Amino acid sequence: MRQPTSQTTCAIRLRGVVKRFGALTAVDGLDLDVPYGTCVGLLGPNGAGKSTTMKALTAQVIADHGELEVLGFALPADSKQARAEMGVVPQLDNLDVSLTVEQNLLVFAHLYRVPKADRKAAIDRALEIANLADRRRSKVDQLSGGMRRRLLIARALLHQPRLLLLDEPTVGLDPQVRQELWALIDLLRSEGVSILMSTHYIEEAERLCDQVTIMSHGKAVAVGAPTELIREHAGPEAIEVYGPPARLIEMEAIAQAKGWRTRRTGTSVAVLHANGAPLDGERRVTNLEDVFVLLTGEEIA
Amino acid sequence: MALARAPRRLHRLELVAVRGVMVREVINFSSFWRSSTFSSTVDPTIYLLAFGFGFGSLVSRVGGYDYVDFVGTGVVATTVLFSGAFPAMYGTFIKYSFQHTYDAILAAPVDTEELVTAEALWVAARTGMYGCVPILVAMVFGLQPSLGMLLVPLIAGLAGFGWAATGIFIAARADRIESFSYWQSGLLTPMFLVAGTFFPLTRLPEWAQIAGNFNPLFHCVQLVRHAAFGFHGAADLGHLAFLSVFALVMWRLAIRFMERKLIL
Repeated sequence: MRQPTSQTTCAIRLRGVVKRFGALTAVDGLDLDVPYGTCVGLLGPNGAGKSTTMKALTAQVIADHGELEVLGFALPADSKQARAEMGVVPQLDNLDVSLTVEQNLLVFAHLYRVPKADRKAAIDRALEIANLADRRRSKVDQLSGGMRRRLLIARALLHQPRLLLLDEPTVGLDPQVRQELWALIDLLRSEGVSILMSTHYIEEAERLCDQVTIMSHGKAVAVGAPTELIREHAGPEAIEVYGPPARLIEMEAIAQAKGWRTRRTGTSVAVLHANGAPLDGERRVTNLEDVFVLLTGEEIA
Repeated sequence: MALARAPRRLHRLELVAVRGVMVREVINFSSFWRSSTFSSTVDPTIYLLAFGFGFGSLVSRVGGYDYVDFVGTGVVATTVLFSGAFPAMYGTFIKYSFQHTYDAILAAPVDTEELVTAEALWVAARTGMYGCVPILVAMVFGLQPSLGMLLVPLIAGLAGFGWAATGIFIAARADRIESFSYWQSGLLTPMFLVAGTFFPLTRLPEWAQIAGNFNPLFHCVQLVRHAAFGFHGAADLGHLAFLSVFALVMWRLAIRFMERKLIL
Protein backbone atom coordinates (compact mmCIF):
# COMPACT_ATOMS: atom_id res chain seq x y z
CA MET A 1 0.00 0.00 0.00
CA ARG A 2 1.58 3.23 -1.09
CA GLN A 3 0.20 6.04 1.00
CA PRO A 4 0.95 9.66 0.36
CA THR A 5 4.49 10.15 1.57
CA SER A 6 3.77 13.09 3.83
CA GLN A 7 0.84 14.94 5.29
CA THR A 8 1.63 18.44 4.14
CA THR A 9 -0.96 21.15 3.85
CA CYS A 10 -0.05 21.70 0.24
CA ALA A 11 -1.55 20.08 -2.83
CA ILE A 12 1.65 20.91 -4.67
CA ARG A 13 5.04 21.44 -3.10
CA LEU A 14 8.18 22.01 -5.19
CA ARG A 15 11.61 22.63 -3.75
CA GLY A 16 14.66 23.58 -5.78
CA VAL A 17 13.36 22.11 -9.01
CA VAL A 18 15.78 22.32 -11.90
CA LYS A 19 15.16 21.20 -15.47
CA ARG A 20 17.66 21.61 -18.27
CA PHE A 21 17.19 20.94 -21.95
CA GLY A 22 20.73 20.80 -23.28
CA ALA A 23 22.24 24.24 -22.72
CA LEU A 24 18.89 25.79 -21.81
CA THR A 25 17.86 25.83 -18.16
CA ALA A 26 14.07 25.97 -18.39
CA VAL A 27 13.41 25.74 -14.67
CA ASP A 28 16.14 26.97 -12.40
CA GLY A 29 15.69 26.16 -8.73
CA LEU A 30 11.96 26.72 -8.47
CA ASP A 31 10.07 26.59 -5.17
CA LEU A 32 6.30 26.51 -5.40
CA ASP A 33 3.48 25.85 -2.94
CA VAL A 34 -0.18 25.36 -3.70
CA PRO A 35 -2.01 25.14 -0.36
CA TYR A 36 -5.11 22.93 -0.42
CA GLY A 37 -8.24 24.73 -1.53
CA THR A 38 -6.47 27.71 -3.04
CA CYS A 39 -5.92 28.91 -6.56
CA VAL A 40 -2.30 29.71 -7.34
CA GLY A 41 -1.17 31.45 -10.49
CA LEU A 42 2.10 30.87 -12.24
CA LEU A 43 2.69 34.15 -13.99
CA GLY A 44 5.38 34.97 -16.46
CA PRO A 45 6.20 35.68 -20.08
CA ASN A 46 6.56 32.98 -22.71
CA GLY A 47 9.72 31.03 -22.05
CA ALA A 48 9.74 31.69 -18.30
CA GLY A 49 9.41 27.96 -17.57
CA LYS A 50 5.70 27.78 -16.79
CA SER A 51 4.81 24.99 -19.18
CA THR A 52 7.87 22.96 -18.24
CA THR A 53 6.82 23.27 -14.61
CA MET A 54 3.27 22.16 -15.45
CA LYS A 55 4.61 19.15 -17.38
CA ALA A 56 6.85 18.22 -14.46
CA LEU A 57 3.75 17.95 -12.27
CA THR A 58 2.40 15.11 -14.43
CA ALA A 59 5.86 13.54 -14.82
CA GLN A 60 5.86 14.24 -18.54
CA VAL A 61 8.96 16.22 -17.75
CA ILE A 62 11.40 14.65 -15.30
CA ALA A 63 13.28 17.23 -13.22
CA ASP A 64 17.07 17.01 -13.06
CA HIS A 65 17.13 18.15 -9.43
CA GLY A 66 14.78 19.06 -6.64
CA GLU A 67 11.81 17.65 -4.79
CA LEU A 68 8.33 17.47 -6.22
CA GLU A 69 5.30 16.46 -4.24
CA VAL A 70 1.76 16.41 -5.61
CA LEU A 71 -1.17 15.55 -3.32
CA GLY A 72 1.38 14.10 -0.96
CA PHE A 73 2.88 11.76 -3.57
CA ALA A 74 6.55 12.06 -4.42
CA LEU A 75 7.30 12.55 -8.09
CA PRO A 76 8.22 11.01 -10.41
CA ALA A 77 8.05 7.68 -8.53
CA ASP A 78 4.41 7.90 -7.49
CA SER A 79 3.24 10.15 -10.26
CA LYS A 80 0.56 7.76 -11.45
CA GLN A 81 -1.21 7.89 -8.09
CA ALA A 82 -1.07 11.66 -8.15
CA ARG A 83 -2.40 11.77 -11.71
CA ALA A 84 -5.32 9.57 -10.72
CA GLU A 85 -6.50 12.34 -8.39
CA MET A 86 -5.78 15.39 -10.50
CA GLY A 87 -7.23 16.89 -13.63
CA VAL A 88 -5.15 18.56 -16.33
CA VAL A 89 -6.32 21.15 -18.83
CA PRO A 90 -3.60 21.43 -21.47
CA GLN A 91 -2.58 24.52 -23.33
CA LEU A 92 -2.87 22.74 -26.67
CA ASP A 93 -6.28 21.41 -27.54
CA ASN A 94 -5.89 17.63 -27.74
CA LEU A 95 -9.50 16.55 -28.04
CA ASP A 96 -10.48 13.80 -30.48
CA VAL A 97 -12.07 16.00 -33.11
CA SER A 98 -13.88 13.26 -35.02
CA LEU A 99 -15.66 12.10 -31.86
CA THR A 100 -18.65 13.67 -30.17
CA VAL A 101 -18.47 15.66 -26.97
CA GLU A 102 -19.90 12.70 -25.08
CA GLN A 103 -17.52 10.18 -26.66
CA ASN A 104 -14.54 12.33 -25.69
CA LEU A 105 -15.75 12.30 -22.12
CA LEU A 106 -16.48 8.58 -22.20
CA VAL A 107 -12.89 7.84 -23.25
CA PHE A 108 -11.52 9.86 -20.37
CA ALA A 109 -13.99 8.40 -17.90
CA HIS A 110 -12.23 5.12 -18.73
CA LEU A 111 -8.75 6.62 -18.60
CA TYR A 112 -9.53 8.22 -15.25
CA ARG A 113 -10.91 4.91 -13.98
CA VAL A 114 -14.38 6.14 -13.12
CA PRO A 115 -16.24 2.96 -12.08
CA LYS A 116 -18.68 1.66 -14.68
CA ALA A 117 -21.73 2.37 -12.54
CA ASP A 118 -20.70 6.01 -12.10
CA ARG A 119 -19.62 6.79 -15.65
CA LYS A 120 -22.88 8.13 -16.95
CA ALA A 121 -23.44 10.35 -13.93
CA ALA A 122 -19.84 11.60 -14.11
CA ILE A 123 -20.26 12.55 -17.77
CA ASP A 124 -23.59 14.29 -17.09
CA ARG A 125 -22.09 16.19 -14.20
CA ALA A 126 -19.05 17.32 -16.20
CA LEU A 127 -21.29 18.42 -19.08
CA GLU A 128 -23.41 20.36 -16.62
CA ILE A 129 -20.46 22.17 -15.04
CA ALA A 130 -19.03 23.09 -18.44
CA ASN A 131 -22.46 24.11 -19.71
CA LEU A 132 -22.28 21.71 -22.64
CA ALA A 133 -25.26 19.49 -21.86
CA ASP A 134 -27.08 20.50 -25.05
CA ARG A 135 -24.00 19.79 -27.19
CA ARG A 136 -23.31 16.27 -26.01
CA ARG A 137 -23.93 14.72 -29.41
CA SER A 138 -22.04 17.37 -31.39
CA LYS A 139 -18.78 16.42 -33.02
CA VAL A 140 -15.89 18.35 -31.52
CA ASP A 141 -14.93 19.93 -34.84
CA GLN A 142 -18.34 21.63 -34.86
CA LEU A 143 -17.69 23.41 -31.55
CA SER A 144 -16.45 26.96 -31.11
CA GLY A 145 -13.07 27.65 -29.52
CA GLY A 146 -14.70 28.55 -26.20
CA MET A 147 -16.79 25.37 -26.14
CA ARG A 148 -13.74 23.26 -26.90
CA ARG A 149 -11.92 24.84 -23.99
CA ARG A 150 -14.89 24.17 -21.73
CA LEU A 151 -14.91 20.57 -22.92
CA LEU A 152 -11.23 20.28 -22.03
CA ILE A 153 -12.11 21.47 -18.53
CA ALA A 154 -15.08 19.09 -18.32
CA ARG A 155 -12.79 16.24 -19.37
CA ALA A 156 -10.41 17.09 -16.53
CA LEU A 157 -13.23 17.04 -13.97
CA LEU A 158 -14.78 13.63 -14.72
CA HIS A 159 -13.16 11.90 -11.76
CA GLN A 160 -13.78 14.78 -9.36
CA PRO A 161 -10.11 15.60 -8.91
CA ARG A 162 -8.84 17.30 -5.80
CA LEU A 163 -6.33 19.25 -7.86
CA LEU A 164 -6.71 20.93 -11.20
CA LEU A 165 -3.82 22.07 -13.41
CA LEU A 166 -4.72 24.71 -15.97
CA ASP A 167 -2.02 25.56 -18.48
CA GLU A 168 -2.86 28.93 -20.07
CA PRO A 169 -6.58 28.18 -19.86
CA THR A 170 -7.81 31.21 -21.80
CA VAL A 171 -5.03 31.74 -24.32
CA GLY A 172 -6.35 32.63 -27.76
CA LEU A 173 -9.94 33.18 -26.64
CA ASP A 174 -11.89 36.39 -27.07
CA PRO A 175 -12.60 38.50 -23.96
CA GLN A 176 -16.20 37.43 -23.50
CA VAL A 177 -15.33 33.73 -23.62
CA ARG A 178 -12.42 34.37 -21.30
CA GLN A 179 -14.80 35.82 -18.71
CA GLU A 180 -17.07 32.78 -18.99
CA LEU A 181 -14.10 30.58 -18.21
CA TRP A 182 -13.10 32.74 -15.29
CA ALA A 183 -16.55 32.23 -13.81
CA LEU A 184 -16.16 28.48 -14.27
CA ILE A 185 -12.72 28.41 -12.65
CA ASP A 186 -13.95 30.55 -9.78
CA LEU A 187 -16.85 28.13 -9.25
CA LEU A 188 -14.45 25.19 -9.00
CA ARG A 189 -12.29 27.01 -6.50
CA SER A 190 -15.33 27.81 -4.40
CA GLU A 191 -16.07 24.07 -4.34
CA GLY A 192 -12.70 23.48 -2.74
CA VAL A 193 -10.69 22.23 -5.71
CA SER A 194 -7.02 23.21 -5.47
CA ILE A 195 -5.94 24.93 -8.65
CA LEU A 196 -2.60 25.74 -10.22
CA MET A 197 -2.96 27.93 -13.25
CA SER A 198 -0.23 29.17 -15.54
CA THR A 199 -1.00 32.34 -17.40
CA HIS A 200 0.55 35.35 -18.97
CA TYR A 201 -2.62 37.40 -18.60
CA ILE A 202 -2.18 39.73 -15.69
CA GLU A 203 -5.87 40.35 -15.20
CA GLU A 204 -6.58 36.64 -15.07
CA ALA A 205 -4.09 36.14 -12.26
CA GLU A 206 -5.33 39.20 -10.36
CA ARG A 207 -8.94 38.09 -10.52
CA LEU A 208 -8.68 34.40 -9.87
CA CYS A 209 -5.61 33.70 -7.83
CA ASP A 210 -5.21 33.73 -4.07
CA GLN A 211 -1.47 33.60 -4.55
CA VAL A 212 0.77 34.17 -7.52
CA THR A 213 4.30 33.08 -8.19
CA ILE A 214 5.93 35.37 -10.71
CA MET A 215 8.43 33.48 -12.84
CA SER A 216 11.27 34.76 -14.91
CA HIS A 217 13.98 32.67 -16.54
CA GLY A 218 12.91 29.58 -14.63
CA LYS A 219 13.00 31.21 -11.21
CA ALA A 220 10.33 32.51 -8.86
CA VAL A 221 11.05 36.23 -8.54
CA ALA A 222 8.10 37.05 -6.29
CA VAL A 223 5.49 35.10 -4.36
CA GLY A 224 2.40 36.39 -2.63
CA ALA A 225 -1.19 37.53 -2.90
CA PRO A 226 -1.68 39.82 -5.90
CA THR A 227 -2.73 42.83 -3.80
CA GLU A 228 0.20 42.40 -1.42
CA LEU A 229 2.69 42.11 -4.23
CA ILE A 230 1.31 45.22 -5.83
CA ARG A 231 1.41 47.18 -2.60
CA GLU A 232 4.86 45.96 -1.75
CA HIS A 233 6.54 46.44 -5.10
CA ALA A 234 4.53 48.95 -7.12
CA GLY A 235 2.95 51.24 -4.55
CA PRO A 236 -0.64 52.50 -4.68
CA GLU A 237 -0.63 54.39 -7.96
CA ALA A 238 1.18 54.82 -11.22
CA ILE A 239 1.36 57.96 -13.29
CA GLU A 240 1.38 57.45 -17.02
CA VAL A 241 3.23 60.27 -18.72
CA TYR A 242 2.62 60.57 -22.44
CA GLY A 243 4.63 62.50 -24.97
CA PRO A 244 7.16 62.35 -27.78
CA PRO A 245 10.22 60.10 -27.24
CA ALA A 246 12.38 63.02 -26.08
CA ARG A 247 9.84 63.89 -23.39
CA LEU A 248 9.75 60.29 -22.22
CA ILE A 249 13.53 60.11 -21.92
CA GLU A 250 13.52 63.39 -19.99
CA MET A 251 10.82 62.02 -17.67
CA GLU A 252 12.84 58.90 -17.01
CA ALA A 253 15.85 61.00 -16.06
CA ILE A 254 13.75 63.10 -13.65
CA ALA A 255 12.30 60.00 -12.06
CA GLN A 256 15.69 58.40 -11.68
CA ALA A 257 17.03 61.50 -9.93
CA LYS A 258 14.12 61.37 -7.49
CA GLY A 259 14.49 57.65 -6.88
CA TRP A 260 11.18 56.74 -8.49
CA ARG A 261 10.84 53.60 -10.55
CA THR A 262 9.73 53.88 -14.14
CA ARG A 263 8.47 51.55 -16.78
CA ARG A 264 8.16 52.08 -20.53
CA THR A 265 4.80 51.02 -21.90
CA GLY A 266 5.05 51.76 -25.60
CA THR A 267 3.89 55.35 -25.94
CA SER A 268 4.21 56.33 -22.29
CA VAL A 269 6.39 56.12 -19.23
CA ALA A 270 4.73 54.84 -16.08
CA VAL A 271 6.18 56.41 -12.97
CA LEU A 272 5.79 54.39 -9.81
CA HIS A 273 6.31 55.23 -6.14
CA ALA A 274 5.88 58.92 -6.97
CA ASN A 275 3.44 59.17 -4.05
CA GLY A 276 1.23 61.97 -5.26
CA ALA A 277 4.00 64.05 -6.79
CA PRO A 278 2.47 66.70 -9.07
CA LEU A 279 3.37 65.11 -12.38
CA ASP A 280 1.53 65.88 -15.54
CA GLY A 281 0.07 62.52 -16.46
CA GLU A 282 -2.73 60.02 -16.08
CA ARG A 283 -3.05 58.48 -12.67
CA ARG A 284 -4.06 54.82 -12.51
CA VAL A 285 -3.98 52.03 -9.95
CA THR A 286 -0.96 49.81 -10.10
CA ASN A 287 -1.22 46.21 -11.24
CA LEU A 288 0.70 42.97 -11.29
CA GLU A 289 2.26 43.84 -14.58
CA ASP A 290 3.97 46.81 -12.93
CA VAL A 291 5.29 44.44 -10.29
CA PHE A 292 6.53 42.06 -12.89
CA VAL A 293 8.29 44.70 -14.96
CA LEU A 294 9.86 46.26 -11.88
CA LEU A 295 11.16 42.92 -10.72
CA THR A 296 12.40 41.54 -13.99
CA GLY A 297 12.69 44.39 -16.45
CA GLU A 298 10.58 42.36 -18.89
CA GLU A 299 7.09 42.79 -20.23
CA ILE A 300 4.74 39.87 -19.69
CA ALA A 301 2.16 40.02 -22.41
CA MET B 1 -21.64 10.83 -6.27
CA ALA B 2 -18.67 9.92 -4.15
CA LEU B 3 -15.79 8.21 -5.82
CA ALA B 4 -13.89 5.60 -3.90
CA ARG B 5 -10.72 7.19 -2.60
CA ALA B 6 -9.27 4.04 -1.12
CA PRO B 7 -5.53 4.37 -1.55
CA ARG B 8 -4.27 1.49 -3.60
CA ARG B 9 -0.94 0.69 -5.04
CA LEU B 10 -0.88 1.27 -8.75
CA HIS B 11 1.15 -1.30 -10.61
CA ARG B 12 3.37 -0.76 -13.58
CA LEU B 13 1.34 -2.43 -16.28
CA GLU B 14 -2.29 -2.19 -15.27
CA LEU B 15 -5.13 -3.77 -17.19
CA VAL B 16 -7.44 -0.85 -16.42
CA ALA B 17 -5.02 1.63 -18.01
CA VAL B 18 -4.41 -0.57 -21.08
CA ARG B 19 -8.14 -1.04 -21.48
CA GLY B 20 -8.76 2.71 -21.19
CA VAL B 21 -6.40 3.45 -24.08
CA MET B 22 -7.97 0.66 -26.14
CA VAL B 23 -11.45 2.06 -25.49
CA ARG B 24 -10.28 5.27 -27.11
CA GLU B 25 -9.08 3.33 -30.15
CA VAL B 26 -12.25 1.29 -30.42
CA ILE B 27 -14.47 4.38 -30.24
CA ASN B 28 -12.32 6.14 -32.84
CA PHE B 29 -12.36 3.03 -35.02
CA SER B 30 -16.13 3.23 -35.14
CA SER B 31 -15.71 6.39 -37.22
CA PHE B 32 -13.20 5.04 -39.77
CA TRP B 33 -13.69 1.27 -39.87
CA ARG B 34 -15.19 1.43 -43.35
CA SER B 35 -12.12 2.86 -45.07
CA SER B 36 -9.79 0.67 -43.06
CA THR B 37 -11.78 -2.48 -43.83
CA PHE B 38 -12.07 -1.48 -47.48
CA SER B 39 -8.30 -1.33 -47.98
CA SER B 40 -7.70 -4.47 -45.93
CA THR B 41 -10.17 -6.37 -48.10
CA VAL B 42 -9.50 -4.91 -51.51
CA ASP B 43 -5.67 -5.01 -51.30
CA PRO B 44 -5.38 -8.79 -50.86
CA THR B 45 -8.02 -9.33 -53.51
CA ILE B 46 -5.96 -7.32 -55.99
CA TYR B 47 -2.81 -9.23 -55.09
CA LEU B 48 -4.61 -12.51 -55.51
CA LEU B 49 -6.03 -11.49 -58.85
CA ALA B 50 -2.78 -10.02 -60.14
CA PHE B 51 -0.46 -12.76 -58.99
CA GLY B 52 -2.97 -15.57 -59.16
CA PHE B 53 -3.95 -14.92 -62.75
CA GLY B 54 -0.69 -13.28 -63.79
CA PHE B 55 1.90 -15.68 -62.44
CA GLY B 56 -0.65 -18.42 -62.06
CA SER B 57 -0.92 -18.63 -65.84
CA LEU B 58 2.86 -19.15 -66.09
CA VAL B 59 3.34 -21.51 -63.18
CA SER B 60 0.75 -23.90 -61.85
CA ARG B 61 2.66 -25.29 -58.87
CA VAL B 62 5.16 -23.61 -56.60
CA GLY B 63 7.02 -25.14 -53.68
CA GLY B 64 4.68 -28.12 -53.76
CA TYR B 65 1.49 -26.06 -53.67
CA ASP B 66 -1.02 -24.96 -56.28
CA TYR B 67 -0.04 -21.39 -57.01
CA VAL B 68 -3.37 -19.94 -55.84
CA ASP B 69 -2.94 -21.79 -52.55
CA PHE B 70 0.63 -20.56 -52.27
CA VAL B 71 -0.27 -16.95 -52.90
CA GLY B 72 -3.54 -17.03 -51.01
CA THR B 73 -1.78 -18.00 -47.80
CA GLY B 74 1.21 -15.77 -48.54
CA VAL B 75 -0.94 -12.69 -48.89
CA VAL B 76 -2.09 -13.17 -45.28
CA ALA B 77 1.38 -12.12 -44.25
CA THR B 78 1.43 -9.04 -46.44
CA THR B 79 -1.94 -8.04 -45.01
CA VAL B 80 -0.52 -8.45 -41.53
CA LEU B 81 2.42 -6.25 -42.45
CA PHE B 82 0.30 -3.56 -44.07
CA SER B 83 -2.47 -3.49 -41.51
CA GLY B 84 0.04 -3.77 -38.65
CA ALA B 85 3.14 -1.69 -39.31
CA PHE B 86 1.62 1.12 -41.36
CA PRO B 87 -1.34 2.11 -39.15
CA ALA B 88 0.97 1.90 -36.14
CA MET B 89 3.59 4.14 -37.78
CA TYR B 90 1.23 6.77 -39.05
CA GLY B 91 -1.25 6.52 -36.19
CA THR B 92 1.46 6.94 -33.57
CA PHE B 93 3.10 9.82 -35.35
CA ILE B 94 -0.18 11.65 -35.92
CA LYS B 95 -1.36 11.14 -32.36
CA TYR B 96 2.00 12.28 -31.05
CA SER B 97 2.79 15.19 -33.33
CA PHE B 98 -0.43 16.58 -34.70
CA GLN B 99 -3.24 15.65 -32.32
CA HIS B 100 -1.23 15.70 -29.07
CA THR B 101 -3.35 12.77 -27.96
CA TYR B 102 -0.53 11.19 -26.00
CA ASP B 103 -0.10 14.37 -23.95
CA ALA B 104 -3.69 14.01 -22.82
CA ILE B 105 -3.41 10.29 -22.11
CA LEU B 106 -0.18 10.59 -20.14
CA ALA B 107 -1.71 13.32 -17.98
CA ALA B 108 -4.22 10.66 -16.87
CA PRO B 109 -3.04 7.72 -14.74
CA VAL B 110 -1.52 5.93 -17.73
CA ASP B 111 2.21 5.39 -18.30
CA THR B 112 4.04 5.10 -21.61
CA GLU B 113 4.42 1.34 -21.17
CA GLU B 114 0.66 0.94 -20.85
CA LEU B 115 0.01 3.32 -23.71
CA VAL B 116 2.33 1.51 -26.13
CA THR B 117 1.06 -1.91 -25.05
CA ALA B 118 -2.55 -0.89 -25.59
CA GLU B 119 -1.86 0.63 -29.00
CA ALA B 120 0.03 -2.47 -30.15
CA LEU B 121 -2.63 -4.83 -28.78
CA TRP B 122 -5.38 -2.99 -30.56
CA VAL B 123 -3.55 -3.04 -33.89
CA ALA B 124 -2.81 -6.74 -33.30
CA ALA B 125 -6.51 -7.43 -32.79
CA ARG B 126 -7.25 -5.74 -36.09
CA THR B 127 -4.52 -7.61 -37.99
CA GLY B 128 -5.83 -10.86 -36.53
CA MET B 129 -9.17 -10.03 -38.07
CA TYR B 130 -7.92 -8.64 -41.36
CA GLY B 131 -5.44 -11.49 -41.71
CA CYS B 132 -8.36 -13.83 -42.35
CA VAL B 133 -9.61 -11.85 -45.32
CA PRO B 134 -7.08 -13.17 -47.89
CA ILE B 135 -7.87 -16.74 -46.85
CA LEU B 136 -11.56 -16.10 -47.39
CA VAL B 137 -10.89 -14.42 -50.72
CA ALA B 138 -8.58 -17.27 -51.80
CA MET B 139 -11.38 -19.71 -51.01
CA VAL B 140 -13.42 -18.01 -53.71
CA PHE B 141 -10.53 -18.79 -56.06
CA GLY B 142 -10.39 -22.43 -55.05
CA LEU B 143 -8.48 -22.68 -51.76
CA GLN B 144 -9.85 -25.67 -49.81
CA PRO B 145 -10.96 -24.81 -46.24
CA SER B 146 -9.21 -26.71 -43.46
CA LEU B 147 -9.47 -26.87 -39.70
CA GLY B 148 -5.96 -25.48 -39.17
CA MET B 149 -7.04 -22.24 -40.80
CA LEU B 150 -8.89 -21.43 -37.58
CA LEU B 151 -5.45 -20.63 -36.15
CA VAL B 152 -4.78 -17.97 -38.79
CA PRO B 153 -6.23 -15.08 -36.72
CA LEU B 154 -3.97 -16.03 -33.82
CA ILE B 155 -0.88 -16.24 -36.00
CA ALA B 156 -1.81 -12.98 -37.71
CA GLY B 157 -2.46 -11.38 -34.33
CA LEU B 158 0.92 -12.42 -32.94
CA ALA B 159 2.81 -11.25 -36.01
CA GLY B 160 0.60 -8.15 -36.09
CA PHE B 161 1.60 -7.29 -32.53
CA GLY B 162 5.25 -7.46 -33.58
CA TRP B 163 4.65 -5.30 -36.64
CA ALA B 164 2.54 -2.82 -34.68
CA ALA B 165 5.34 -2.48 -32.13
CA THR B 166 7.78 -2.07 -35.04
CA GLY B 167 5.58 0.69 -36.45
CA ILE B 168 5.46 2.45 -33.07
CA PHE B 169 9.22 2.06 -32.77
CA ILE B 170 9.72 3.62 -36.22
CA ALA B 171 7.39 6.50 -35.33
CA ALA B 172 9.31 7.03 -32.09
CA ARG B 173 12.59 7.23 -34.02
CA ALA B 174 11.24 9.59 -36.68
CA ASP B 175 11.47 13.34 -36.19
CA ARG B 176 9.47 14.02 -39.32
CA ILE B 177 6.84 11.95 -41.06
CA GLU B 178 8.97 12.17 -44.21
CA SER B 179 11.63 9.95 -42.63
CA PHE B 180 9.15 7.07 -42.85
CA SER B 181 10.27 6.74 -46.49
CA TYR B 182 13.64 5.37 -45.39
CA TRP B 183 12.04 2.73 -43.23
CA GLN B 184 9.46 1.84 -45.83
CA SER B 185 11.81 1.50 -48.78
CA GLY B 186 14.85 0.36 -46.85
CA LEU B 187 13.24 -2.17 -44.53
CA LEU B 188 9.58 -2.92 -45.05
CA THR B 189 9.51 -3.31 -48.85
CA PRO B 190 12.44 -5.77 -49.00
CA MET B 191 10.91 -7.71 -46.13
CA PHE B 192 7.61 -7.79 -47.92
CA LEU B 193 9.17 -9.29 -51.05
CA VAL B 194 11.75 -11.63 -49.49
CA ALA B 195 9.30 -13.55 -47.33
CA GLY B 196 8.18 -16.40 -49.53
CA THR B 197 4.92 -14.62 -50.17
CA PHE B 198 4.75 -14.59 -53.95
CA PHE B 199 7.68 -16.90 -54.73
CA PRO B 200 9.58 -19.34 -52.54
CA LEU B 201 12.82 -18.28 -50.92
CA THR B 202 14.49 -21.42 -52.30
CA ARG B 203 14.73 -19.82 -55.72
CA LEU B 204 16.74 -16.88 -54.37
CA PRO B 205 20.54 -16.65 -54.03
CA GLU B 206 21.88 -18.17 -50.85
CA TRP B 207 22.53 -14.86 -49.07
CA ALA B 208 18.95 -13.81 -49.65
CA GLN B 209 17.72 -17.13 -48.30
CA ILE B 210 19.76 -16.66 -45.17
CA ALA B 211 18.52 -13.08 -44.81
CA GLY B 212 14.98 -14.32 -45.34
CA ASN B 213 15.28 -16.50 -42.29
CA PHE B 214 15.63 -13.37 -40.18
CA ASN B 215 12.53 -11.87 -41.69
CA PRO B 216 9.56 -12.17 -39.31
CA LEU B 217 7.25 -12.04 -42.27
CA PHE B 218 8.80 -15.23 -43.64
CA HIS B 219 8.01 -17.06 -40.41
CA CYS B 220 4.49 -15.70 -40.48
CA VAL B 221 4.04 -16.93 -44.06
CA GLN B 222 5.33 -20.38 -43.19
CA LEU B 223 3.08 -20.71 -40.15
CA VAL B 224 0.01 -19.60 -42.05
CA ARG B 225 0.77 -21.96 -44.92
CA HIS B 226 1.35 -24.86 -42.59
CA ALA B 227 -1.78 -24.04 -40.61
CA ALA B 228 -3.72 -24.31 -43.84
CA PHE B 229 -2.04 -27.38 -45.31
CA GLY B 230 -0.58 -29.27 -42.38
CA PHE B 231 1.89 -28.45 -39.63
CA HIS B 232 5.57 -29.43 -39.78
CA GLY B 233 6.15 -30.06 -36.07
CA ALA B 234 9.47 -28.73 -34.82
CA ALA B 235 9.95 -26.37 -37.75
CA ASP B 236 6.69 -24.64 -36.92
CA LEU B 237 7.59 -24.37 -33.25
CA GLY B 238 10.71 -22.61 -34.50
CA HIS B 239 8.62 -20.22 -36.57
CA LEU B 240 6.35 -19.60 -33.60
CA ALA B 241 9.33 -18.98 -31.33
CA PHE B 242 10.83 -16.54 -33.82
CA LEU B 243 7.58 -14.57 -34.07
CA SER B 244 7.20 -14.52 -30.29
CA VAL B 245 10.72 -13.20 -29.77
CA PHE B 246 10.19 -10.66 -32.54
CA ALA B 247 7.00 -9.43 -30.88
CA LEU B 248 8.61 -9.30 -27.44
CA VAL B 249 11.75 -7.48 -28.55
CA MET B 250 9.90 -4.92 -30.66
CA TRP B 251 7.39 -4.33 -27.86
CA ARG B 252 10.15 -3.45 -25.41
CA LEU B 253 11.99 -1.32 -27.99
CA ALA B 254 8.80 0.56 -28.84
CA ILE B 255 8.27 1.33 -25.15
CA ARG B 256 11.87 2.38 -24.62
CA PHE B 257 11.91 4.79 -27.54
CA MET B 258 8.41 6.17 -26.97
CA GLU B 259 9.46 6.96 -23.41
CA ARG B 260 12.40 8.90 -24.76
CA LYS B 261 10.08 10.83 -27.03
CA LEU B 262 7.21 11.42 -24.63
CA ILE B 263 8.93 11.93 -21.29
CA LEU B 264 11.35 14.82 -21.42
